[in-house]
Amino acid sequence: MSETGQQHPLGIYLKIWILLFVISGFSYAVDFFQLQGMLRWSLILLFMFLKAGFIIAIFMHLSWERLSMHYLLFLPPIAIVILIALMSIEGDYTNFTRLLFFDPPS
Amino acid sequence: MTTNIEKTSSFEESGVTGLVADWSSDKQAFDMPWGKLMMWIFLLSDTFIFSLFLTSYMKVRMSVTDQWPPVSEIFALTIYGVHVPLLLIAIMTFILITSSGSMALAVNYGYRGDKKTTAILMFITAVLGASFVGLQAFEWSKLIFDEGIRPWGNPMGAAQFGSVFFMVTGFHGFHVTCGVIYLLVVAWKVARGDYEKKGYAIVEICGLYWHFVDLVWVFIFAFFYLW
Repeated sequence: MSETGQQHPLGIYLKIWILLFVISGFSYAVDFFQLQGMLRWSLILLFMFLKAGFIIAIFMHLSWERLSMHYLLFLPPIAIVILIALMSIEGDYTNFTRLLFFDPPS
Repeated sequence: MTTNIEKTSSFEESGVTGLVADWSSDKQAFDMPWGKLMMWIFLLSDTFIFSLFLTSYMKVRMSVTDQWPPVSEIFALTIYGVHVPLLLIAIMTFILITSSGSMALAVNYGYRGDKKTTAILMFITAVLGASFVGLQAFEWSKLIFDEGIRPWGNPMGAAQFGSVFFMVTGFHGFHVTCGVIYLLVVAWKVARGDYEKKGYAIVEICGLYWHFVDLVWVFIFAFFYLW
């Protein structure tokens, strides 16, 4: 593998390329048709993860790399997930205290 | 001699047994050129930087009490009298995806040893990347001069909008600019035949960086422009 590098048929790149165009079109449509609420957020996240997944798995060839590589790339970002969880709690709290002390709802 | 055979065969096992074999004994753990591994580790660290930017954006956006500016309207364009929301960003997104596709093809042709096609495809990728940066410069000037958005405030709502916008898109634009320069240098060296003997792994390494820039844009597009 290391001698020849990642070599795959061209067709898979073209298919993924078209697929990324279509998914991007869908996520643009979410805004164009002004979908709101939970539907908007879940669709945005769905299309985002689909696009990210295809780019990482096919274009960056990660699905053909060894398990060691997958662990190298996917274990450290767990720290980011924890940070996001903590900061969303913190964000909510900051908002709550601001409403309470600076901008009381009338 | 015996150790040599063991080294190559251990990389052929798959799954968890392969994982254990990769990390066992005193040998190379990752079966790839060192430059590629270093690029992956750099991209992992870059993931952390962009994640921190986006996490701070989430924190700011959750805690503001002012109305967040209407992003879809700010980035709307009026073309031939038709008002299309977020059009500029959609065009930029499609340009970046197109460049990612041409880069993937460049990697493929590189490993075939077709240096002319590889160099041309990399050059196309760089031109698309440069046009992305150009559109971003247009977007920034529109926001600064026409809409009066500043890092410390804006007429549309929450003051934090400007600082988040300029920092996140600015840092991404800087990455694209660096990528364009990197692509042009490598494309030039490919065309000159510098990698005939060394092999074309450099094109794949370059491609990893470029796809990562596209990947970051996917997240910025979703969280900043669509949310």
